[in-house]
Amino acid sequence: MSNEKEPLLTIEDLTVSFDGFKAVDGLNFSMDRNELRVIIGPNGAGKTTVLDLICGKTRATGGKILFKDRELRGMPEHKIVRFGIGRKFQTPSIYENLTVFENLEISYPSGHSVFGCLAFRRTPEVIERIESVAEAVFLKEMLEIEGAFLSHGQKQWLEIGMLLMQEPELLMLDEPVAGMSPAERERTGDLLQRICKNRAILIIEHDMEFVQRIAHKVTVLHLGKILAEGSMAEIQSNERVQDVYLGH
Amino acid sequence: MKSILRKFLGGREGAVGIALLALIVFAVLPMTLDIFRLNLVGKYLTYGFVAVGLVLLWGNSGVLSLGQGIFFGLGGYCIAMFLKLEASSPANTAIQSTPGIPDFMDWNQITHLPAIWVPFRSLPFALLAVILLPTLIAFIVGAAMFKRRVGGVYFAVITQALALILSLGIDGNQGLTGGRNGITDLRTLWGWDIRTQSAQYVLYYVCGALLIGCILISRWVLSTRMGRLLLAIKDREDRVRFSGYDVASFKVFAFSLSAAMCGIGGAMFVLQVGFISPSLVGIVPSIEMVIYAAVGGKMSLLGAVYGTLAVNTGKSLFSENFPQLWPFFMGGLFIAVVMLFPNGIAGVWQSMRVRFIQLRHSAKRAPALASAPSAPTPLLEGSEV
Repeated sequence: MSNEKEPLLTIEDLTVSFDGFKAVDGLNFSMDRNELRVIIGPNGAGKTTVLDLICGKTRATGGKILFKDRELRGMPEHKIVRFGIGRKFQTPSIYENLTVFENLEISYPSGHSVFGCLAFRRTPEVIERIESVAEAVFLKEMLEIEGAFLSHGQKQWLEIGMLLMQEPELLMLDEPVAGMSPAERERTGDLLQRICKNRAILIIEHDMEFVQRIAHKVTVLHLGKILAEGSMAEIQSNERVQDVYLGH
Repeated sequence: MKSILRKFLGGREGAVGIALLALIVFAVLPMTLDIFRLNLVGKYLTYGFVAVGLVLLWGNSGVLSLGQGIFFGLGGYCIAMFLKLEASSPANTAIQSTPGIPDFMDWNQITHLPAIWVPFRSLPFALLAVILLPTLIAFIVGAAMFKRRVGGVYFAVITQALALILSLGIDGNQGLTGGRNGITDLRTLWGWDIRTQSAQYVLYYVCGALLIGCILISRWVLSTRMGRLLLAIKDREDRVRFSGYDVASFKVFAFSLSAAMCGIGGAMFVLQVGFISPSLVGIVPSIEMVIYAAVGGKMSLLGAVYGTLAVNTGKSLFSENFPQLWPFFMGGLFIAVVMLFPNGIAGVWQSMRVRFIQLRHSAKRAPALASAPSAPTPLLEGSEV
């Protein structure tokens, strides 16, 4: 196992350019376990691209992404997932044709090969795990409902549940409370605090109230570069941040 | 044991469906049709293998292949090569300039049996090749394309091009393959004359049994986590990667399995019809077979078989009277099905059943709850039909 003192995730000089346009430009930051970090920034700052780069959806053109001391660049997406990184997308990405139970079951982290899938059994262990995750994401009563019939907020929760099934050490959530009611936001905030144990959570969020509620540390991204980093209070009093972002 | 039965048969409802198909194929049709018509049905059933494979590949995994004729043809050619060699004994071919080789080779001034034909002297080899060769080709083609994330329309077009290449390749190598005429004048299978009526009955039953076997295997595959995963891939392929799966390998699996089924169908075609030619490999048959699956219902294994039987029966009736109009009718049918009945015969059947159940339900409760808000029964894509 890697040293507990070492950061879980270290990003060094990460750069990606699309036809000369640098969406992410020489990014450096690191995250520890038990940390809940929020990335904020104006539209086009490169927030989603950073997540895409970490999870392998987009290939970086320069720099390093070290997770548990291993370089992630060049690793295929599914291996990055199995290595311990889960990703929730901006629009809820669940399987609409499958029930909540089946959505969670697909995310169960074993039997990922072709023959593993054919031999996969719904053991009591699997069922128990699915039920406990469903309970954590407030969907215990909805296990037999097809994904398509869930509300927007419930879809968001289901996707968080799918990530929890994978038991990731780094959870990346792109706008997890978008489209949620205030009550749902509150429950989601509590949920995120609860699941932050022994893992790191990286969130992109626009809702400042929500960020203030959950963030341990905030990173402000602007034009692909880090503008500021610190606690929410520090960020709010930072003049440069106010200029480019909060002031708008 | 019980759960295994349930997995293969798909619960009580699935078991009834299988039993009904078995009853029709094994009892009703043989008792009502003469051997000529029954043999024709046997031929249609061989296309059913392709349609069942397409339900797996297209309906459940969202991968449309317009080249399934490739695998049907490969299976057919594998068994035809064995049969042709057996029919070309030196005694039977004594009048040729080189006795002991297939007649078309002799016509093409070939004097030695080509090396690729030699192993097909063995029946076990030929039978294995019927299944393994299509599987292997599908594996190679699938791996090459899916690993590079070629999908959707591009995949369909490439498979169609491959079907064209293969049929032209067979056509152009007359000495090796029999060319456009194909491989004809097939007689015996290990000494058993396949042209007799009794043999045609036996082969018909073998064909039906194998087809039901393929349906059961598909049922089982779809009942496992694989089935859910294939649906998930069809729904959101990108998301599946981020659930930790190598999507390409699952598509390769579905493609290879469907190809194996096509191969069996092709072999049964040759045994019952007595010949194989490139006209069964190319673009037109490959697309027609997609239409069978679409008409039957691309999500329904049993529906695909009924669709195949319905379209082919229609084809033989219609084209006996209006041969020129058939292609237009076929095209119109496909468009109509896609636009009006996206789940084909199986979908229509399913919605009729739902309506029937609702009618009965509301009739029972009508006095008390005339306007009770009956939960809108979701018209699930009939996976169990």
